[in-house]
Amino acid sequence: MAEFLQFAFSGLTVGAVYALVALGFTLIYNASGVVNFAQGEFVMLGGMSTVFLALAGVPLPLAALIAVIVAVAIGLALHRFAIEPARGASAVTLIMITIGASIFLRGAAQIVFDKRFHSLPPLLGADPIRFGGAAILPQSLVVLAGAAIVVALLWGVIDRTLLGKAVIATAANRLAARLVGINTRRIVDFSFAVSAAIGAVAGILVTPITLTSYDVGTLLALKGFAGAMLGGIGSAFGAVVGGLLLGLLEAFSAGYISSNYKDAVAFLVILAVLFIMPQGLFGRAQVERV
Amino acid sequence: MSMRALLDHRLAPVAAIAVILLLLPLLFPSSYYYRIGALVFIFALASLGVNLLMGFAGQVSLGHAGFLGIGAYAVAIGATHLGAPSWLSILGGASLSGLIAFIVGRPILELKGQYLAVATLGFGVLVAIVLTNEAAWTGGPDGMLVPHLVLFGFPLRGSQAWYWIGGITFVIGTALALNLIDSPTGRALQAIHDSEVASRMLGINVARHKLAIFVISAIYASVAGSYLALLNEFITPDVSGFLRSIELVAMVVLGGMGSVVGPLVGATLLIVLPQILTILHEYEQMVLGIVVMGFMIFLRQGIVPGIAAAFGRMRT
Amino acid sequence: MALNHIVAAVSIGVSILLAAPNQTSAQIKIGAVLSVTGPASFLGDPEKKTLEMYVEAINAKGGVNGQKLQLVIYDDGGDANNARTFATRLVEEDKIVAMVGGTTTGSTLAMIPVFEEAQIPFISLAGAVQIVEPVRKWVFKTPHTDRMACEKIFADLQRRNLTTIALISGTDAFGKSMRDQCVAVAPKFGINIAHEETYGPRDSDMTPQLTNIGNKTDVRAVVNTGFGQGPAIVTRNYRQLGITLPLYQSHGVASKQFIDLAGPAAEDVRLPAAALLVADKLPDSDPQKPVVVNYSREYQQKTGQSVSTFGGHAYDGLMILVQAMQRAKSADKAQVRDEIEKTKGYIGTGGVVNMSPTDHVGLDLSAFRMLEIKNGDWILVPDAHS
Repeated sequence: MAEFLQFAFSGLTVGAVYALVALGFTLIYNASGVVNFAQGEFVMLGGMSTVFLALAGVPLPLAALIAVIVAVAIGLALHRFAIEPARGASAVTLIMITIGASIFLRGAAQIVFDKRFHSLPPLLGADPIRFGGAAILPQSLVVLAGAAIVVALLWGVIDRTLLGKAVIATAANRLAARLVGINTRRIVDFSFAVSAAIGAVAGILVTPITLTSYDVGTLLALKGFAGAMLGGIGSAFGAVVGGLLLGLLEAFSAGYISSNYKDAVAFLVILAVLFIMPQGLFGRAQVERV
Repeated sequence: MSMRALLDHRLAPVAAIAVILLLLPLLFPSSYYYRIGALVFIFALASLGVNLLMGFAGQVSLGHAGFLGIGAYAVAIGATHLGAPSWLSILGGASLSGLIAFIVGRPILELKGQYLAVATLGFGVLVAIVLTNEAAWTGGPDGMLVPHLVLFGFPLRGSQAWYWIGGITFVIGTALALNLIDSPTGRALQAIHDSEVASRMLGINVARHKLAIFVISAIYASVAGSYLALLNEFITPDVSGFLRSIELVAMVVLGGMGSVVGPLVGATLLIVLPQILTILHEYEQMVLGIVVMGFMIFLRQGIVPGIAAAFGRMRT
Repeated sequence: MALNHIVAAVSIGVSILLAAPNQTSAQIKIGAVLSVTGPASFLGDPEKKTLEMYVEAINAKGGVNGQKLQLVIYDDGGDANNARTFATRLVEEDKIVAMVGGTTTGSTLAMIPVFEEAQIPFISLAGAVQIVEPVRKWVFKTPHTDRMACEKIFADLQRRNLTTIALISGTDAFGKSMRDQCVAVAPKFGINIAHEETYGPRDSDMTPQLTNIGNKTDVRAVVNTGFGQGPAIVTRNYRQLGITLPLYQSHGVASKQFIDLAGPAAEDVRLPAAALLVADKLPDSDPQKPVVVNYSREYQQKTGQSVSTFGGHAYDGLMILVQAMQRAKSADKAQVRDEIEKTKGYIGTGGVVNMSPTDHVGLDLSAFRMLEIKNGDWILVPDAHS
């Protein structure tokens, strides 16, 4: 039992990061139809910017705030300068643009930051909490709580505000949304900005546990994407569940089966799920109009 | 035949590529250039397969480097562990890739869009993991040595040999691809690309055609992988990595999806550009990212269709 | 349709020609293919900085044999295929006379045939023992082999009577290669590897694997072979789970950064490392002291980063090459190669180097020091010379 709990917490912690990246993917996809492979770079930017600002003497909370603002600015720039000019291009072209953007951001990060690994001090201290025989880092709880707050806030905005309604409308049918007077361009701006912010916050919260470096973005984007697909593209709830599930699958495979093949097991499960439920766990069945 | 008719003949691209293949070496001062040329043709061959799948049949694959790896390690393992001659291993690898594509393709191709993307991605990742972990066969993450090709007692090694082998294979591959595109199967694939529902109504066996093209594209990638291993006389599991798969897709998309010559242009760009940009040292990655974005924003159908369209507009 | 072909032809022709690299004048050209970006950039970056720094310094003092050195560096991004391409470029286009580089074992092995065929001396900066075993005429290396690291660790374990151990290794090339060497030499020291786990080099949490190890009651110590962030995370997880067994890391994490990243969890961790890491703590009588103190100081001043053993290996490679050229009084490839092989008593950051026709590394176990982390800093473990 102690083992199971330990693995579960390990999986949930890592899964929370995947969940937030997956959420970012979903937000942007819903608003603009673009699968943004630069999503992982926002996580990297959040962590690395905070580290370097702190090293330069900026107090940590302020550094974190500035890091999020930087990520948001880059997210907006990505939309305005890279995605918008290519509006109307095919899906693959748009994906390729985001891949180009992630290469660019990684290249810039090498120069602006450096190539080493960095950490941040944990929020609630480093002493693990003993629970049911398992040892849990307080920061894990911070990450999970942070993810829950983000999801709750997002849900609140989407469900309860006019802005949220506009986002849903844009996602449903962009042309119709414009016809009723919604500034869809601003809405897409908003979703890029929020995705970037979510990614950056995830990066800041998780760096005390997982460390950060200029190239953590690539693998995160891959796993976040897989998690989003597992949950069903287009469903924010699905994205979170997908990400968490992916983290849990990895942890349980590493613990119970074979640490060599844990990534393989995770992907096999995703493939199996997709064969049975081709829209993912919570995705809407895609109706093909003839 | 008039000049126009000659240029518009179905196999004209093949002739054009053959001409490039034959004339280019006249400009090559050293075997470094032959090596670049060999790499271009090898990757263009793999991208050609991906183009058939993505550009013509409209099925995305983010894991095609997996087949590249199967072909490469077939040659490595065949020579080292099974004592097989390399040419046989190339064929063996191609058959194995085709078989795996056949088995895996069936269920995978029922998925659409991003789901298909993530499934193929998973496939590529799985191949890479197996290649990395099964060190007893594959030499593990450090890779393994590959003995060079010996044909009829003649050793075929080095950049020059592989420039010609790669180039000729690519020319043949292009000819086959063109024939495929103009055949009933090719037309069925284009119909499927436009609308699967409509195709089905016309009686086209969508699943069978998609599977066929998946298998064919796997074989192209496998042969390219085998050639890469024999050229380098060494192979590592990175050949199947996620980034390699993305590179293949990038070559196709940059060159022009649906354009037969596109893969060659895309491969040239992505192999030659880093060689040029290396003088920028640290800024190389940034510039590469900007170049990719720039091409995709301004020439969104790809280089070849994009430039051709520009010329077309200039003429009218 | 016809346009497409013409466009394609022109683009391809122009591109391949544009790949032409620079040709420059008569200086001693040294090549370096390093993994400055990519998964091994943690190693390649200090290597690049070191080579550039010291080539500049040597040139400022008049160069070698009256000629200036010209360093041509290419970045292979950690990819063996790219490494091979750049190696060919160095040989054929840049026309180098010697090569110091090959950050990873994979890129080194891919490049060896190129330099062997061109008969150019190649000093590798990678770790695996396969690079110099079997001995290849033109290939040398400066880092200690991973086999030596295992032997040093096992000797210490044997002394402390901790003979049943668990091994947790990264699935990257470094981790796997060292793991294989450890498995091979364990019987020689009476060590029994009772349990093994692995983790991916970019993984962020190893508690499942360590939990499994913690549950094995016969295990007396744990050895972690890996480099980069993995070992730091393993160390942190170790403390998190409250495992009190002695933990040994590899020389792959030999840097101050490891202590910073692992934090208080690093206390009591032991690892084999070059004297470079404890430069200031060496007794004044230690022959390596002047070299390592100087290098540490200069590297820190120039780059603002704490010294890394990987940079140290590049330093040694360059110096061995330069001294060989000075002894040969020429830059002739064959003569320089012969002189490299005759290197005796070279005191570097890695140890004292004595090469021979059958030994192209030239280090013995005394080049490794067993270090322990106490109070956030290294101390030398006494009685560790074996």
